[in-house]
Parts: sequence; structure tokens; C-alpha cells
Amino acid sequence: MSARVGVVVFPGTNCELDVQFAVDQLGGRAELLWHGDATTKGVDAVVVPGGFAHGDYLRTGAIARFSPVMGAVAAHARTGGPTIGICNGFQVLCEAQLLPGALQKNSGSKFLCQTVELRVETVSTALTSLARVGDVLRIPINHFEGNYVCDERTLAELRAEERVVLRYVQNPNGSLDDIAGICNAEGNIVGLMPHPERASDPLLGSSDGLVLLKSLLAAATSRATILV
Amino acid sequence: MAEERVEHPLHRRLGMTDAELAAVVDELGREPTDLELAMYSVMWSEHCSYKSSRPHLSRFPTEAPWVLVGPGEGAGVVDIGDGLAVAVRIESHNHPSAVEPYQGAATGVGGIIRDIFSMGARPIALMDPLRFGSLDDARTRYLFEGVVSGISGYGNSVGVPTVGGEVVFDDTYRDNPLVNVFCLGILPIDRLVLARADGPGNLAVLLGSSTGRDGIGGASVLASASFEEGDGAKRPSVQVGDPFEEKRLIEACLELLDARLAVGVQDLGAAGLSCAASETAAKAGAGMDVDIARVARREPGMNAVEVMTSESQERMLAIVEPANLDAVLAVARRWEIRATVVGRVTDTARFRIYDGLFDATGVPGENPVPPAGDDAPLVTSDAPAIADVPVESLGDGPLYHRPATRPAGQDALQAADPGPQLRDKFPAGADLSGELLALLATPTIADKTWVSRQYDHQLFLNTVAGPGADAAVLRVKGTTKAIAMSTDGKARFCRLDPRTGARLAVLEAARNVACSGARPLALVNCLNFGNPERAEVMWQFSEVVDGMSEACRALGFPVIGGNVSFYNASGDDDIHPTPIAGVIGLIDDLAGRPPAASLRAGDDVVVLGEIRPELGGSEWAAVMHGLDGGRPPAANLERARATHELVASLVREQMVAGLHDVSDGGLAVALAEMAVAGEVGFKVELIFEGCMPAEACFAEPASVVVCSVDPQYTAAVCGLAAAAGVPVRVLGVATGGRLIAKGAFDVSVADAAHAWRDALPALMRAE
Repeated sequence: MSARVGVVVFPGTNCELDVQFAVDQLGGRAELLWHGDATTKGVDAVVVPGGFAHGDYLRTGAIARFSPVMGAVAAHARTGGPTIGICNGFQVLCEAQLLPGALQKNSGSKFLCQTVELRVETVSTALTSLARVGDVLRIPINHFEGNYVCDERTLAELRAEERVVLRYVQNPNGSLDDIAGICNAEGNIVGLMPHPERASDPLLGSSDGLVLLKSLLAAATSRATILV
Repeated sequence: MAEERVEHPLHRRLGMTDAELAAVVDELGREPTDLELAMYSVMWSEHCSYKSSRPHLSRFPTEAPWVLVGPGEGAGVVDIGDGLAVAVRIESHNHPSAVEPYQGAATGVGGIIRDIFSMGARPIALMDPLRFGSLDDARTRYLFEGVVSGISGYGNSVGVPTVGGEVVFDDTYRDNPLVNVFCLGILPIDRLVLARADGPGNLAVLLGSSTGRDGIGGASVLASASFEEGDGAKRPSVQVGDPFEEKRLIEACLELLDARLAVGVQDLGAAGLSCAASETAAKAGAGMDVDIARVARREPGMNAVEVMTSESQERMLAIVEPANLDAVLAVARRWEIRATVVGRVTDTARFRIYDGLFDATGVPGENPVPPAGDDAPLVTSDAPAIADVPVESLGDGPLYHRPATRPAGQDALQAADPGPQLRDKFPAGADLSGELLALLATPTIADKTWVSRQYDHQLFLNTVAGPGADAAVLRVKGTTKAIAMSTDGKARFCRLDPRTGARLAVLEAARNVACSGARPLALVNCLNFGNPERAEVMWQFSEVVDGMSEACRALGFPVIGGNVSFYNASGDDDIHPTPIAGVIGLIDDLAGRPPAASLRAGDDVVVLGEIRPELGGSEWAAVMHGLDGGRPPAANLERARATHELVASLVREQMVAGLHDVSDGGLAVALAEMAVAGEVGFKVELIFEGCMPAEACFAEPASVVVCSVDPQYTAAVCGLAAAAGVPVRVLGVATGGRLIAKGAFDVSVADAAHAWRDALPALMRAE
């Protein structure tokens, strides 16, 4: 049986269908989780996709974190369920304090949609288990607020515990320590600014995101096995 | 101000002529009320009524077997097989963007997206043809930055990728920047819906934002008059966009149409509720009663005129059978959008406005989220209508057969051929390296990544070729197909000869689509012109309509929609005639990514088409050397068709590794751009009969395409070209790190890349 991946939809989310498509292409079973429903419907993994939840007119993710679905997502995550936040989803996970730090406006004060190179820094996470440390992946970013910041203690912790998952080879947005993605101590919650689903087919210019999505499906499958 | 109001009667303040007022009185058989007059003034404005352009537009060819919906609806729609159709439209938002660039551009994007999903199509791509003055000017930089930010801010948030477009800088646009917006949507054919208020008794449901005082008179005050000194006062006529509201509107409306809960849907654009309600009724041959008391408002104290003519954004009107109303309200509640019954369809053929019409029990419906919060009078009403006009009359405004005269100076302009001077200045043997590098750095030619990376151009995972490609290419998921699209305009050519310039714009857009391997399906146009009350402008317009029509007929595709923007003028200065052609095409079997506009080391460099010494209107002559007269390049339509078909078949048969059409800057610039993209130099000879080296390098002849060809296919490519009657020449090879054209130029790839890539960022940093 294929792994079930829940994709959270807030009003203003816009990458949900892309994540669903990419997951389905890989043989997973993606289903949409509506922000107003306080359940993850028992899925094996959760993706909080990109977009502009609730318009992002306040701080990004500031309203989304209070959605009924987020309580269920937190419960899923805290019991070890693979939970990935992509772009706006990363911002939401930070707001929900499932991940430390925050994302500020890009240092150039411009929206950036471009393909960047990312270095894989750790493979003990739900998103990178099938990659190798040092792999360089070409994956698009698409954000105005992707400039990762956190306090010094958190940064020291992230480094010491090898929780920086992906770093930019060339920092596009001013992120602290070139951070493109981080995880929690257990590695089951990962947030990243780049969009792996946008690098899921050679037709689109890169398929380097597949290793990340396949890792996620592997984590979802093993979660399914454990829970069975 | 107050004194003026006393002196000028209401109709003139609303932008109507005395004769138009007389026509209204004649139509009604009495003096109109203020509300009626206000509605006529917006509906009969140039922007809404096309009163100056309509007599010409009927000359466009509009039919083809694959056309499902032609001009006159929210969008043109063509069948692409597999039960799918594509909806496409282009519009201008020039005047609002000149007054307030961010919101002007943002609301332009919002408006065009609503036109697409009102047909039942999911908007999947935007493209923006933009025109600004010279970037040396600080205000132009402000406008450019603001417009790009507005497109980025709205388009990215609403979730429709901006996959292409073009930016041209020319002094003619200094006070009148052009912001044209093209949107394409895709739909299952059985979801296609037209904006018709069929069925007396059906309800008109207003969806989306509340109605405010923004954008009042936008169509008549802003869009249908030239700019004069001190026009900052028109800023209140610009609307403000809310992409988050629009995103929810898209999802809610598509859900309504999927579930067959609406008979028709129309967006509220120019002229607001007046236009949407009357037009849907008129199209169905029905009537409509509207109760303004039910319209949710942003602020207290709004009068009937303001409610009926507000251009507040993110509003749609859905025509709903009473039995489906509860289901419609439930969908609206789920997406957190306001939905209010504001009218009903009648069989009276009248457009009647009431202030308090509906009985509390007679008409169900409420403002679900957030609640109305007001005491909307729902008591029965025998209150008289505050406006009552024949519904047809609003959309059936006056027609002006305006005089059209060829400008007195046109012959002299065409006689001012830049050729002789430039040939003297750059004789055979002159080193053109500096000219090439300077040309690569002119803002119109320079790399536009500074713009395109501010746009999300990848959402929906369809973008096979995006910004920077000759044509954008979107795959159609679930099929083997892909859609190609390109927008182009050649204003400098149109100024010299509008008819030929219009042909050249169509040829370029079609050529770009051919470069992706697609066959063309249809064209939409956005016709940007100066003041139509000047006979010279109407001559330009008429010529452009003929030129476009001829090109479309010759290339075998129809015009399925368009937009006319007049009054792009400041005082006595009209912009160059700027018709924009948007061509869409279909790739039946997308084997892989179409070849990029780049060279591959070791390949032969092959040129298809005829290099001619046509410098008139070229970037090199006009912009770099200030010689802006002459004649535009010839637009041989038969040759164009043969070239496009040849190019598309070479791409389909995968016989070329890279290709790029010759456009601004000529053959040398096309070669340089391909070298920079491929990170490889070339060694070529540019010797063509009748051409000096400088002409071969920088002239901009039509229907020329440069190809990077694996040497094992070169003979075959040449053979196919010869068979198609298309001139072909092997120029040399792609190799090394320098761009070398013997006897013409010799520059390094790095220098060319630097000139081309760094120009725009450097200009935009300059403050």
C-alpha cells in the first residue's frame, strides 16, 4: 500500500496541487487537508506547502498557525510523524514553534524566483535520508521572505546537533549561515525554502528534488509500517 | 473646483459630449436621472464602448474550426483536443499604472485573471508586455520598479505564474507607460460558461469584496482621456488590489462552475456593477433588476452612483437559479468570500435599479461571511426605480467613424533612411565590436532576469520554457501536449509604417511560437494608441488593423480577442502606435524541452531566412545612433509562413540543438545571446549579398532564425530549407571563447555576457 501524504491547504496556499502531483507521480497517495478541519486524517506524512496562507498580510504564517488543522499537524509531528514545511510552509512551522527561528525579507528586498544550488548537510532526516552528505542539488526558490534568522544559541545548537539540513552554495537571500533548511532534533520535522516539487521532472529543468520527495515517501512508508 | 462644477453640466464632468447626452434623452424620451447619466457615461466611454475602434475591428478574421469563443466575450477560447480548451485574453492597464504603478499593474493582473476564470478556465499563465521611457529618467525607474513589483506582488500571491512577456524602453512612453497583461487558462470544455443572465427569476449574486469608493470613473475619467499637467488628482480613480481575496474567488468560482451551480459568471471590471449586470442581461436578451441596498459597502454614505460605478476589485457576479442559492452560499462560506443576492433576471429587457427592492421573504440569501452588519431594508418595495433604462442601450453606445488621415510628415519620415549615414560611418572593415557590446547593453535588448526572477514563473509545474525563451511553453498535464505563447510589439516599425509594423509584430510572435515547435492556433491583440480624436492616430489604427488582419490570414489563424487602449497621449504627444500581438500555439507531442536559444560547442551555426540591409527602425540605427526614420523591414507573409513551418518541423524532428529568432539588434545580437546562453563562442562569416558588414550584423529583417545544428544534420537541414523555399546559409561553427565574425567583430564570451547581463541591474541600482 502506498504511503499517504497529507497536504495542508489554507486559504491562500497555492502549491498544494503541485506537491500532490509530484507525490502521486512517485507512487504516493497525496490528499488535501483543509485548514478548518482539526485532523490529519491519519496520514503517514504531512506537507505544509508553499503559497501565501491567509494572504500573508501580517507576518507570514502568523494566522495560519492558529488554524484548527495545525493542532493536528503538531500532534502528528510530536509523535514522530514526518512533517515537511516548504517555503510558506516552513514559515508556518516556525510560527507554530515546531521549528526554531524565523524567516525575514530577502536581503535584496526583492522577490526571488530562480534555481539555486543546495548542499545536503545531513541525511538523518525525513527529507534527506536517500541523499548523500555533500550532494549538490539544483532546486528553485520562490520567495520574498526566505532570509533565515535565529538567535546565537539556537544557531549553535543547530550546528552542534547537525540540524542544518540544506545550505545554499551561493546565498541568494542573506540567510544566516547560508541556511536553506533545518530540522528538529529528531529529524522528522523539516522546513526548507526551496521547492523540491519544482525540480521533479527533467521537463521542468531539474529532477534534483526527487531524492528529497522519495526520502519523504520512504519516511512515510516506514511510519505506516510502524503504526500498523 | 466648486466654481467649475457650477459652470459645467454633469454630463460633461462625466466625460460625455452634448450629442451623447442628446442621444440618451432620445433613448429614454426624458431627461436621465443623475444615476442613469452616470451609468451611460461609463458604459459609453471609449474604454467600455469601443466607440472609435469598433467600426474597424470587424475587419479582423475571427473564425476557425477550433475556435469555441471569439471576440466579444470575457476571453477567447480554442479547442486543443482531449476534451480541453484554452481561454486567453489580453488587456491594458496603462493609465492606472501611469498614476500609481504598483496598484495599477496589480489590478491589471487581477482583472485579466477574473476574465479567464469567469469562463470556467483555471488561469495558469500570465505574460506582461511592458513599455517605459528611458531608464535615465528617475521617474521612469520608479514606474518600472513599481509596475514590476505590482505584477510580482499580485501575480505571485494569487498563484498564477508569470511565464513571459517583454519590456521595451523608448522615450515615446515617458509619460504614458504601457502595462499590457495577457492571461491564459485551461478548462475542460464542458465547464465552459458564458457571461449570460439567462432565465427570468434567476438571481444575480455578487461575490467577493465589498464595494468602496475606489476606481469610480476609472473607465471614463482615467482610461478615456489623455494625460494633462497635474494628473496626480486622478489617483483616487485607481483601484487597490487584494490578491488573497482573488485567490479565494478563483477557487470558489471554479467550484461553483464544476458543480454546475451558476448559469453565468462575469467579473466586475470597468464600469463595475453597471456593466456586469447590464451586459449579462443584454447578452441573454433578458432584463435585470438590481437592489443597491443589498450591496455590501466599505464605507457609509455611499450614494447610488458610487455603488453602481465603483470599480472596487475582486468582485464577480454569478447568475444562479433560486434552487441552487443555498449551495452557492455554502461554497462561498467555505472559501470565506462574501456572497449577496443583489438582483434578479427579468423578462422586461429593462435595466432597473432600486434602493430597497426585495421582500424579506421573497428573496433568500444573506451575507454569510462576514455578516452584512447593516440593516439592509428587506421590506417589500413599491419604491420606484431610481434608474430604468432599456438594457440594450447601455451596451449599444454611439459609434464614431472618426476621420483618418495619413500624417503629413509620413513621407519625409520614411525618406529619412538611416542607411547612407551609417554606411559612411561604418564602412567595410570597420571594427563593430564596440557597437555590438553597446547594443547588448541597451535596456531593451539586455537580459531581463532582473524582472523575471521577481515573478513566480513555475507554479503548477507546467513551465517547460519560461522567461527568456523565444516563446513560453507550458505542458498540459495528463496529455502529450504543450501550449506555446509569445507576445510581441514593434512600435518603431509601426511609427514608420503602421501596416507593415503590425504585420511584423504578428510575424514575430508567430515566429517565436514556431521556434518551440508549435503550430499557431490564434491571436489576441492589445492595441495601444494615442488620441483617436486626431485623424493621424485613427489612420495609424486603421492601418494596424489591416496589417494584423493580413498577417493572420496569411499565417492561417484567427483573432479571438483583443483590447483597445486609446488616449495614450500627453498633451499633443501621442505614443508610437503600439499594437501587441499575443500568439498561442499547440505542440501535439512534446518529446522533451524545446531547444533553447543557445549554441552548442562543435555545432554548425546555420541561418534560415534572408539577411537584408534593412536598418529602418532598428535598435542600432534608432536607439544607438538616433536615426529613427526610414522604412521598416519588408514583411513578406508567404516567406514567413514557409519559414515558420520549416522551423517548427525542424524542432519537432529534433534536428536543431538550439535556435533563436532574429529580432531587436539583428543577427549579431541573436548570435551573441545564443553564445552567452551556451557559454561558447563562434567563428562565422557574415557575408550576404547587398549587405555591408554592419547591415548584416544589425539590420532586423523579418523571418530569420539562427540554429545550432549538429554537423551530421547540417546537410539535411539545408536540404529541407531549400525544399521549403527558405534561404539557408551555414555561417560557421560554435567554438572557443570568443564571438568572432570575420571582418566585423571579435569579443570574448565573458565581455558579451557582462554587457548583456549587468546592464539592467546596474541601471536600477543607479540612484
